[in-house]
Amino acid sequence: MNHWYHRWRKLKSSGVSGLCLLCALAVMTPLALVFFHLLKAGASSLDLAFLTQLPTPPAEPGGGMANAIVGSATLLGLAGLVGIPVGVLGGIYLSEFGARRRNWAVRFAADILNGTPSIVWGIVVYALVVGYSAYAAGLALGFMMIPLIIRATEEMMALVPNSYREAAFALGIPHWRIVLNIVLKTAGKGIITGILLAAARVTGETAPLLFTAFGNDLWNRNLSQPIEALPLKIFNYALSPYDDRHRQAWAGALVLIIFVLALNIGVRVMTRGRAPRLAR
Amino acid sequence: MTKGIQLPALKSAPSAPAAIPPAAPAPAGGSAATFDVRQLNVWFGSHQVLRGVSLEIRPKAVTAIIGPSGCGKSTFLRVLNRMHDLVPGARVEGRITLFGEDLYARDVDATLVRRRVGMVFQKSNPFPTMSVAENVTVGLRLNGMREKGLIQERMERSLRMAALWEEVKDRLNANALSLSGGQQQRLCIARALAIEPEVLLMDEPASALDPLATAKIEELILQLKQDYTIVIVTHNMQQAARISGQTAFFYLGELVEFDQTIRIFTHPRQKQTEDYVTGRFG
Repeated sequence: MNHWYHRWRKLKSSGVSGLCLLCALAVMTPLALVFFHLLKAGASSLDLAFLTQLPTPPAEPGGGMANAIVGSATLLGLAGLVGIPVGVLGGIYLSEFGARRRNWAVRFAADILNGTPSIVWGIVVYALVVGYSAYAAGLALGFMMIPLIIRATEEMMALVPNSYREAAFALGIPHWRIVLNIVLKTAGKGIITGILLAAARVTGETAPLLFTAFGNDLWNRNLSQPIEALPLKIFNYALSPYDDRHRQAWAGALVLIIFVLALNIGVRVMTRGRAPRLAR
Repeated sequence: MTKGIQLPALKSAPSAPAAIPPAAPAPAGGSAATFDVRQLNVWFGSHQVLRGVSLEIRPKAVTAIIGPSGCGKSTFLRVLNRMHDLVPGARVEGRITLFGEDLYARDVDATLVRRRVGMVFQKSNPFPTMSVAENVTVGLRLNGMREKGLIQERMERSLRMAALWEEVKDRLNANALSLSGGQQQRLCIARALAIEPEVLLMDEPASALDPLATAKIEELILQLKQDYTIVIVTHNMQQAARISGQTAFFYLGELVEFDQTIRIFTHPRQKQTEDYVTGRFG
C-alpha cells in the first residue's frame, strides 16, 4: 500500500480510460468527416430543381435527380415487399416453431447470405430474371434484406420472456394467436427497428443495381423497365467528365446520407425508453 | 370416457361441471373428485421427475402440494393442465381424469384442457403491451369472443372475484405494469378467472409478495374455493396450513403422504413428512 504504487496504478487506469475515449471518438470522426465534406461539396447544388427535375443531357448544366430519388424509393418499396414478409416470418419460425437442428441450418444460411457480397446478388438476380428492370433490382435488394430482418426478428422475439408465452398458453390461447397477439406485439418495436436498419443498409447499395436497375434518365413508367436510383446516379455522374455532374453527384450523396441518418434517428426515437421493459 | 373434452361454451354463463359424469369417490367426504390421478410417471427426457403418483383432488376445496425444491411439485401441477407438454422431451405415463374425462386421451386438445384448468404462476406475468382491462379479457378475446358487452361484464366480474375491482376501476386503461406487485398477481388471477375455468392451479402464487399482499391472496383463495377447485403449490408451510383442506407431501418425485391438512401437520403417518413439516430437513 505504498504511496508510489498507488499513484502508478491510478496513472495506468486513467491512461487506459483515455485510450478508450480516444478510440470511441475515432468512431465518430469518419462520420463527421463524411457529413461535413458532403455538406461543403453538395449543399450548394441541393436546390429545388435538384429535387424536382429530370437530369439534363450531358454537358448541359441544370436539371436534377428527381427520377433517381423516386426510383430509390420505389426500389426500397419493392425490396420491402420481398424482404419484410420473408424476413419476419422466417424470424418467427426460428424463434417460435423451429426444431433445433433445422434452426441451426437456417441461421447458418442466413449468416452466409448476410456475408454474400452485394455484387454477387446483382449478377445472380440479373441471370435469374434476365434483363434490366425495377423488379430485378427490387428482388436483389430484397434478398439482401432477408438475412438482416430474419436475425433481427428472431433476436427480438427471443427477448420476450417465456413467462408471457406460458401465461398465454395457460389461458388456452391457440399457439398462432400467442405468437401474433402476444409475442409479436411485445417484440414489435424491436422488429420495426430491425426492418428500418435493413432498409437503411440497402438504400445505399450500388453494386446489386448495376446489372438490374441499370439506370434510366427518364421517369420509370413500367417496373419491368430499367429504373434510376440514387447510388447508381452518383456512380455514373462521378465518373462523368463534367463539373456540373460532379457537383450533382455530391448533392445526391448528401441526400442519400441524410435519408440514412433520418432512418437511424427515427429508430432511436422509436426505441427510446423501450429497451428496459423488454429486458425485464 | 375418451371422446374428447368439450369446450365449456365460452359464451354462456358460468360453466357447469355438474353436467359431466362424476368420477370415483374422493377418500374423505364422499363427493366426486375433480382430478383423479392414477400411477402417474413423468419424465424430462431420460430423467424421471414423478414416480407412481396417485391421488384424488376434491372439488371446491383447496389442495396444497408441499415438498422441498426439486421434488416434482411444480411438474405435478403442470401435468394437470398439460402445460408440461410444452417442454421438449416431456413424457407422461399413467392416467389423469378431470371429472371423469381422460386428459391425456389421444383426441384431447391440450389447448381446450387449459381453458378448463386455469393457472397462476409464481411470478406475476401480466402482458406488458396491454392495459389492466385488456389483460383480464385477453383470454376471452383471443379465444374468439366478440360480444363487447359480455366481455365488459366478464372483465368486471373477474376483477371483483379477484378482489381487485375497487383498486383499479378508475385506471382500467392504465398499463398493467403500473400496478403494484400484489395487484399484478391478483390481476393474473382475474385473467385466469375470466375464461371461467373449472379448476385453478397456483404455483407458489404469493412467494414473491410481501406479507400484506400475501394475506390478500390467501384471503382471496379462501373466497374462491367456494366456486373453484384449487390446487396450490407452496413452500410456505404455514400458508398450506392456513388455506388448504388437504395436503400432499412430495419428496424426490414420489407422493409420500396425502391427507387432511390438519393430520399432515399434527399427526403425519410418515417419518419423512414429520421431519419436513417440523423443519428438520428441506
